[in-house]
Amino acid sequence: MEVVIDAHNIAKVYNEKSIPVNAVNGVHLHIERGEFTALVGPSGSGKTTLLNIIGGLDHPSNGQVIINGTDITNMSDNKLINFRLNNIGFVFQSYNLIPVLTAKENIEFVMLLQKKSKKEREKRVFELLREVGLEDKINTRPSELSGGQQQRVAVARALASKPQFVLADEPTANLDSKSASVLLDIMARLNKEENMTFIFSTHDQRVIDKARRVITLVDGKVTSDEKR
Amino acid sequence: MIAFSWGMYKQYMRETVNTQLSHLQLHHPGFEEDHEVQYLLTNNISMMDYIRADDKIKAATARTVSTGMISSPTTATGVTINGIFPEEENKVTQLASRIVEGKYLDNEGRNPVLIGKKLATKLKVNLKNKIILTFQDTSGEIVAGAFRIAGIYQSKNTTLDEMNVYVRSADLSQLLKIENAVHEIAILLKDDSNLDVVKDKLKNKFPAVTVRTWKELAPELELVINSFNEYMYIFVGIILLALTFGIINTMLMAVLERIREIGMLMAIGMSRTRIFFMIMLETIYLALVGGPLGLLIGYFFISWTGKVGIDMSMYAEGLSAWGFSSIVYPELESGYYLPLTLMTVFTAVLSAIYPAIRALRLKPAEAIRKI
Repeated sequence: MEVVIDAHNIAKVYNEKSIPVNAVNGVHLHIERGEFTALVGPSGSGKTTLLNIIGGLDHPSNGQVIINGTDITNMSDNKLINFRLNNIGFVFQSYNLIPVLTAKENIEFVMLLQKKSKKEREKRVFELLREVGLEDKINTRPSELSGGQQQRVAVARALASKPQFVLADEPTANLDSKSASVLLDIMARLNKEENMTFIFSTHDQRVIDKARRVITLVDGKVTSDEKR
Repeated sequence: MIAFSWGMYKQYMRETVNTQLSHLQLHHPGFEEDHEVQYLLTNNISMMDYIRADDKIKAATARTVSTGMISSPTTATGVTINGIFPEEENKVTQLASRIVEGKYLDNEGRNPVLIGKKLATKLKVNLKNKIILTFQDTSGEIVAGAFRIAGIYQSKNTTLDEMNVYVRSADLSQLLKIENAVHEIAILLKDDSNLDVVKDKLKNKFPAVTVRTWKELAPELELVINSFNEYMYIFVGIILLALTFGIINTMLMAVLERIREIGMLMAIGMSRTRIFFMIMLETIYLALVGGPLGLLIGYFFISWTGKVGIDMSMYAEGLSAWGFSSIVYPELESGYYLPLTLMTVFTAVLSAIYPAIRALRLKPAEAIRKI
């Protein structure tokens, strides 16, 4: 199987000069294409920090991160931005949609940054909105959508750039059970049908139950790695 | 504020020209230096005929002028005694319109005098009271004449009211021992733009006479006009400095309240350059909408207050001491609008640089999680 994420001995130390906090401490991680992985663990266990490091949002204090064959460990911030644009999709706990843009525009925005043609953008937007079941909300602004619907738009946005994988930080934390279930079904289907790699950080048992691989972190260290 | 001060100065200048100095004054060259009464314009009748024949001239009047003392039973003070031809004087300076008590000078009565209200208060005299004017005649002798107060006037400049009294030219000439001569000819033009043309014409016609414009007679007024541009830019600079802080505050708030959004934009792949220009563009749009809108509101406000005036009568006493009217009619020349707008837009753009740099310093991983 093709390795998408290859992380060696990742460590992240905050407040190195005063009181050092080891958020992530010597983590090795190999994620293959098409995985549906949950990073679990108690608050402060380093899930989000690890997710940020493999997503290129933060630099590790130690170790090496290779994404799809490219070493991003010491990549400059500007290069990382461009790398994220073309390789990584993000889904955030608080949806983080642009409030003044419609669902279509929010999804299209990433492709605008990629300088894709209008025709290509529109085709992809309709395709993604259909996949997340929101074809009828194309011109609706985030404020007029429910939490679950906003998160589905966020998933569509994450997929718009055709990334190598999608990182989702607590995607169901703000959703009710029904919305969470719909969202998880959509992501599971995309994973199965399009072989899209998903990595979640989560506390949510519903997400853990759906995951095919569960990596448990405690105090910044991997304590178990269970494949189902 | 600029229109307010410009309106105030313009009014002051108009008032000074129309009620005190007139556009042009003609004197004997010696009179210009020390105001001695022997420096006379002797061919004044032919001069006045020539001046009145010019269609660029609205009105002209001759005056005999002397400086001396005015005494009441209680006190005395120095004044300028203006010997006027009442009817002609009124056409040039509208002196009759400023009479607040009594009547304007006419041919009736013996030695009538008009004094300013402030002077009357200072001398503790009223209408019909007698005052004594003491001054030097053309032969250097001190002469005195008893005059009766026919009228009390009040202009917008109380300092000048306190320093000028008006008598009939014939009465003053008699005491000065002057015959068929005057000290001064004042000319009011129909249009201010003909000032230099008329001046040159009169200088050529009467080379032995000094012809001075109001700008030369009151150089401080010309200085006000010439230095207004500099004052304006200093003044605008101060306003723009305040505006800078306002815009920095607005844009900084716009950045700080959108930290999460900016973090998300960085996370999904929006470059720092694009984020910088996004904030700069937001400011430019804000300035391009707000600038002309403010300009339009300013224009209508200036036009409206320029017609109805702004009542500053609360400060009337202080303003009139400096010769300013208590009703201010703001005005701003059209040429000022464009540079002011451009300066505002430029300041707005400049002020956005700091908030934009602040946005660039955000770390996406931290910004996304900001509440």
